[in-house]
Amino acid sequence: MTLADRLAQLLLPVLLVTAVALLGSFTARTNEIHFRVALVHVAIVVGLYVFIGNSGVVSFGHISFVAVGAFVAGLMTISAGVKRGIMPDLFPILRDHSVGNVESLLLAAGLGAAFALLVGLPLMRLSGLAAGIATFAVLGITHNVLFNYTRIGPGATALTNIPETTGLVQGLIGALIAIVVAWLYQLSRFGRLLRATREDPAAAQAVGVSIHRQRLIAFTLSGALCGFGGGLLVHHAGTITTEDVYLDLTFLTLAMLVVGGAGSLLGAVVGALFISGLDSFLTTAEGGVHIVGVKIDLHDGTHLVVLGVMMALVLVLFPGGITGGREFRLPRTGRRRSAEAGT
Amino acid sequence: MLQTVINALALGSVYALMAVGIGLVFGVLRLVNFAYGQLIMAGAYALAIGSAHGWPEWASVLTCFGVVIGFSLLMELALFRPLRGASPATMLVATFAVAFLLQSIALLKFGSLVKSASIFPGLFDPIANGEFETVRKITVVAIVSAVCALVALTLLLARTTVGLHMRAASADFQTARALGVRANGVITLAVVISGFLAAVVSVILVVENPFVEPQFALRDTIIVLVGVVVGGLDRLWTATLGGFSIGVATSVFTDELSSAHSVYVDSFVFGLVILVLLARPEGLFAPLRARTVERA
Repeated sequence: MTLADRLAQLLLPVLLVTAVALLGSFTARTNEIHFRVALVHVAIVVGLYVFIGNSGVVSFGHISFVAVGAFVAGLMTISAGVKRGIMPDLFPILRDHSVGNVESLLLAAGLGAAFALLVGLPLMRLSGLAAGIATFAVLGITHNVLFNYTRIGPGATALTNIPETTGLVQGLIGALIAIVVAWLYQLSRFGRLLRATREDPAAAQAVGVSIHRQRLIAFTLSGALCGFGGGLLVHHAGTITTEDVYLDLTFLTLAMLVVGGAGSLLGAVVGALFISGLDSFLTTAEGGVHIVGVKIDLHDGTHLVVLGVMMALVLVLFPGGITGGREFRLPRTGRRRSAEAGT
Repeated sequence: MLQTVINALALGSVYALMAVGIGLVFGVLRLVNFAYGQLIMAGAYALAIGSAHGWPEWASVLTCFGVVIGFSLLMELALFRPLRGASPATMLVATFAVAFLLQSIALLKFGSLVKSASIFPGLFDPIANGEFETVRKITVVAIVSAVCALVALTLLLARTTVGLHMRAASADFQTARALGVRANGVITLAVVISGFLAAVVSVILVVENPFVEPQFALRDTIIVLVGVVVGGLDRLWTATLGGFSIGVATSVFTDELSSAHSVYVDSFVFGLVILVLLARPEGLFAPLRARTVERA
């Protein structure tokens, strides 16, 4: 693969998210939120893709890393004085300190990675459905503990007063960081070894590739990206509950990945932008919108129904996702094609 | 103590019924149906509507069965059939989409507030005073109907031609088709039986908890989905035992944990699940075999 081919893989995802951020900066203030949330979704789904796309193992547990990242980034940016007032039960280290925006995102990424490494050490020995269900069990435990244990968070109540620092700029930078990290990983030796285990586990093991180690590396990296995405999410919304980072988000992000095409970085980005955009459009349409002169006015509450139908429809029409799991490639020139034919 | 045992058996039986419904469809389609809980929820709403309109109980129950089996068939025709042979991840996310769709329809049509369904209220009474004061009639009904359903299903699978076809199809779908098993017929039958069991579970759960809302039976379904994989989805009986065991485990944890820890029931159950999966990834009840290299 030439350098031009490698850069081509990066080109379209980068252009797409940049275009979304630019479009967002030209729209009305009230619509900007839709563009910001799309960028945050890109960061999280690209995080999922690093593990699921490259390993071929479906994980239902990645939203635990998003949850951990979101709660730590949220908690640590609220001022200590406020925390003493509203969450007196917190451990002193969480209660009496606070950090800035960038530090909180790094903290979220670090904690996501550490949690993923810890969980992955035993769990990455599993494959297929057993791995899916075991990672889901991790999500169940994370949710259950966050919901009930008030020494590490707000418990059943919402965490509020979080600085809303994820504007279009931070959203764009965050999405770009996730994309570049995923791109570097998939071109690296580790990325290629992991994809080898996806294509043929027996052959990969026969040439000395440790499936466990390669999966663990990807799992930890994607845990870091998901934690980071959680940090972006909490700074976008300004408030969070444990329900926001549980089943619905798991379902939504997995649907984005599969609808886009789980096998490619481009698929992850396209899926996240497509579903996020569709959801935003349908939500707006409940208030009535004009598209090329036609007035669309959906009944209140129908957007979720239409979204469900659309997702099922896309999967029936394109079972491999919109991109079919392929990366963007430069068109081949005649000279190179004949050169390849000669070898 | 007796109370704990009976509660555990009752929850285990209901979960076993759900496990059979999920396992049957997995056997012929290789598809884990995440929307199974929403089928049960649809049935529960049918019962709630029936009782709100003052229909006789047999009519409500009949409607419940009709609605649930109808939705199952619709799911098979509109989604499972076009997606047959697609990658497992695609099929799984497709059933996610259906689950999401049914839940949104319920939210849109009935709102997020609970609807109460009064059906067979007499079954909620204790069976006798004295020692069995806390054992309700529905508990006994749940256990008995689970046993009946399992016996009927075992007879169907073991003694009839169509049962033989179904077992053949779940052992090796391609070969079974090549030998003349009609794929669509077998799959449709599996989907109908699975829907029938979902309707039975709807009725039992509504009697136990008459407050129907869009998330009705969601937690139960998630636990059963985990349970069937822990038991081993490759065989119907191991999946059923998995569902039963996780029901027993959940019930025992709920009854025996001290009140300070009882909010962490789910963590204990899921923690146990992880340990079992690590020890027996092929399934807790799967026959022991030499581990081979992983196949794609």
